[in-house]
Amino acid sequence: MRIGLFVTCLVDMMRPEIGFSALKLLESNGCEVVVPDLQTCCGQPGYNSGDRQSARALAEKFLHEFEDFEYVVIPSGSCGGMVKTHYSDLFADDPDLRMRMSKLEPRVFELTDFLATVLKISTLPPSSFKGHVTYHDSCCGLRELGVQAQPRALLGQLPDVQLTEMKDSTACCGFGGTFAIKYGNISSAIVDEKCTNIHDSGADAVVLGDLGCMLNIEGRLRRTGDDKTRVLHVAQVLAGDC
Amino acid sequence: MQIQSMHFKARAGQRLADVRLQNNLKKLSTKFVTGRASAITELDDFEGTRDAAIDMRMRAIENLDVWLDTFEKQATLRGATVLYAESAEDASRLVVEIARKHQVKKAIKSKSMVSEEMALNQALEAAGVQPIETDLGEYILQINGNEAPSHIIAPVVHKDKEEISDLFARVHKRPRLTDIPAMTREAREILRPQFLSADMGITGGNFIIAETGSVAIVTNEGNEGMCTILPPKVHVVVTGIEKVLPTLEDLATVMRLLPRSATGQSISNYFSLLTGPRAQGEQDGPEHMYFVLVDGGRTGLIGGEFQDMLRCIRCGACMNHCPVYQKIGGHSYGWVYPGPMGSVLTPAYVGIENALDLPQASTLCGECHVVCPVKIPLPDLMRKLREQQFAQELRPPLERLGLRAWAYFAQRPALYRLATKVGVRVMRIMGGRKKSISTLPFVSGWSDYRDMPAPSGKTFRELYKERK
Repeated sequence: MRIGLFVTCLVDMMRPEIGFSALKLLESNGCEVVVPDLQTCCGQPGYNSGDRQSARALAEKFLHEFEDFEYVVIPSGSCGGMVKTHYSDLFADDPDLRMRMSKLEPRVFELTDFLATVLKISTLPPSSFKGHVTYHDSCCGLRELGVQAQPRALLGQLPDVQLTEMKDSTACCGFGGTFAIKYGNISSAIVDEKCTNIHDSGADAVVLGDLGCMLNIEGRLRRTGDDKTRVLHVAQVLAGDC
Repeated sequence: MQIQSMHFKARAGQRLADVRLQNNLKKLSTKFVTGRASAITELDDFEGTRDAAIDMRMRAIENLDVWLDTFEKQATLRGATVLYAESAEDASRLVVEIARKHQVKKAIKSKSMVSEEMALNQALEAAGVQPIETDLGEYILQINGNEAPSHIIAPVVHKDKEEISDLFARVHKRPRLTDIPAMTREAREILRPQFLSADMGITGGNFIIAETGSVAIVTNEGNEGMCTILPPKVHVVVTGIEKVLPTLEDLATVMRLLPRSATGQSISNYFSLLTGPRAQGEQDGPEHMYFVLVDGGRTGLIGGEFQDMLRCIRCGACMNHCPVYQKIGGHSYGWVYPGPMGSVLTPAYVGIENALDLPQASTLCGECHVVCPVKIPLPDLMRKLREQQFAQELRPPLERLGLRAWAYFAQRPALYRLATKVGVRVMRIMGGRKKSISTLPFVSGWSDYRDMPAPSGKTFRELYKERK
């Protein structure tokens, strides 16, 4: 099974170790993983900020680089949502691109969705990670891709991981891309509620599947003096890399 | 209503700092969000009902002229007068003319957001007609110096009981009450003589029905019945032209969704279907019935990118579930309609340049789309407004530059690789021994509130190459 891994720009720059965890999870389950060298960004920042032209150029670039793979795997709900649910809108005026995209789209998966739905992993090798965690659902992964049961099912296979649901796990963390910068005060009021719910769950770590939420939640926890609660990508926990 | 949406940032900032308001806004999630979640489980086929309602609403909107024509014929046949207003101001003028014609001194009103668009109370007062709000929430706002509603179905959701106790004691000049039933009774005692002495009743209309020429009105207090049946000789319905439904069957379907999505009720306490004025031999009803149907920017949406917005049934679910609305409340949005639906409607009705923050001030989390009973793709519509702002160069130059620079690099992998290589090293140095960045140039909106955990100093691609 030949897989193209889209590592995403934020993993590439801010958390390269997550890319390696994803790689490890796929390779250890018998996938041949290729990381196309020319990949950059899925176009989401431009798309959500109204710069449709740039978003479309990047969408076309993505399509060109990934359409020949059997599957494309992305360790991020929002980048996955961008590709799977919004690219067809960007290609609306070009029947050829739209047709190529419609062929690629069903083969694009968010990482945990791919592991649970396509590879149907039922027993993960014991992870070196032990601990009490809670899971935050990222908006795009949840509402655009239906990623909710998959990461929980996978975490459930790790005997030393205890999962406690926090209140309102599906509520937005307040990141919203450039929203967090343009309306930092509103965004921080929203993430404060998320941090409270994480604390109230009693977990030592919050696990999630999107870099935006990760930087937002971790950044706010640290700013408010919490140096203990760990913020981990689900790939790191599943691969035992943390 | 005068638009204040350009002051969004300042108003939102004040509301975030208002501890009392923050507490009051918690009612949204405890009351409305949980209420809706359980109410929708009562329907055997919630999804099917939603899809059917979408079909009905779109059938009406795509042939709006035909259905309005049918409505007008049927309503006229039953003795009502149907008037059209191109703008909200025109609509106010029409209502004032009706009041003059019937020598009205006092008008009692049930809740209507369209009348807020029209600034109807101000127009009536200027013409010497005393408007009296009779919905308890709207009454509270009126006696509090004509304060604007902060929510389309719960206009005083931003207030707590204590605030209202103080207000009642001050305005009613009676001993301060703290028991809700007692406070409600006091308001009833004050309003009763007003109901009995009014010459005209003004109501909104949740829907108008083409087949029968009727108006459907949903309330929880029964005040609407007092405004239309009890004493007034004139009943004026003010509503938007898009509220037309072809048949009573359609109304039944939409009504399965409206109270459940709005307040989590299976059905509202009161529901009226009013058809024509009092006919010969009938016991009650007004002598004259008027419909003032307002365009106010609505036809501009037909056939365009924002047409889906016209099927909105004004339940308020989008704002109840919005993480941004939950933090800043309705007044921050600065016009009649707050929350996600308001962030699309306001620029559409009053001009994109007058409400630049509204479509931007959303995390695009998608929950509004999930809970909308008629599945309006609100995040997509807000994104389209962002596209228009970007195309019309209405965004700050620095933001434009940043986005364009990012796109320029991202389309040139070699340059991108070099830039990110430098970028992550700079960020690592900025992070210092703490491995955390606390001040970021150009993006203080981030670093004023959050740290930025510093990267390790090499990109994934560098490390991947090294490993290979």
